[in-house]
Amino acid sequence: MKTWCFMFGFGMLVLGMSSATWAQASAIPAERQMQPEELVKILGGSGEKPLLLQVGSHVLYAQAHIPGSEYMGAASTDAGLQQLRKWVEAVPRGKFIVLYCGCCPWSHCPNIKPAYDALVAMTFTNVKVLYIADNFGTNWVDKHYPVAKGE
Amino acid sequence: MLRRALLTGFLILLVIGGFYLRRRPTTHELRTAPDFKLMQFDGPELELSSFRGKVVVVDFWATWCVPCREEIPHLVELQQKYADRGLQIIGVSIDDSPEPVRGFYKQFRMNYPVVMGTAKTGEDYGGVLGLPITFFIGRDGKNYAKKIGAQSAAVLEGEIQKLL
Repeated sequence: MKTWCFMFGFGMLVLGMSSATWAQASAIPAERQMQPEELVKILGGSGEKPLLLQVGSHVLYAQAHIPGSEYMGAASTDAGLQQLRKWVEAVPRGKFIVLYCGCCPWSHCPNIKPAYDALVAMTFTNVKVLYIADNFGTNWVDKHYPVAKGE
Repeated sequence: MLRRALLTGFLILLVIGGFYLRRRPTTHELRTAPDFKLMQFDGPELELSSFRGKVVVVDFWATWCVPCREEIPHLVELQQKYADRGLQIIGVSIDDSPEPVRGFYKQFRMNYPVVMGTAKTGEDYGGVLGLPITFFIGRDGKNYAKKIGAQSAAVLEGEIQKLL
């Protein structure tokens, strides 16, 4: 009986940890998410261009990023989050901002939710996150959307 | 009669051709794995080509990457299990600095070398634009398989066993 109780408890713990991970990006409200094709249209259009911030790894950014986007660092780390907060400090709170990462499948991305939460906490009112289902390579580069390389 | 023989011959050729095409590895898979010489997070440089003759698994990952955290314990276990048969796993961290790797390495009891990756390494390997990405390199230095995303222990072991 004790063994069963232990196994059940352990199972629930693992499930809980797993759910917490999955809840990360998925917890961002749907109206705050933007599909890649939608962003491509905006970037190619004549309307207001968003401030694009990449909150993943520098190695990923240097290989391929959305032209005009700024590298912030992995927002799941203290250093990345601090860099993001510092960078946007002087940005008007109503500025249209799009955050993106693409390091991992959407449900497992550890960076996008902390970055979104940080900007919301700083009272930014027009923040969207780019919904990248699998990774930046599959859902952006392979679709031949605009890409830049380098620092 | 002749028509029937021709038809049978054609069908045999079709089956053999199909089998051959199915068995033949693609050009990508048989490409020699790009060599790299990178700094390890805790010390000296490591050169991929120095492991020629071993089965090498090159795993691109990051400490903050959730799927990588799920997969690394499998790699640790497989390194332990197949070290004697010539398996060498090499982790390529794409963290921005070696600091977080130090703690992670201890916490996950990693038993294989970890180097700090660069954009060039990623590009050489066809673009590492999602994590984790794992390459399976044969004793001849050629790349036989590439897996994107966290893999189960069974899948990783299966790929390794094919090359051992």
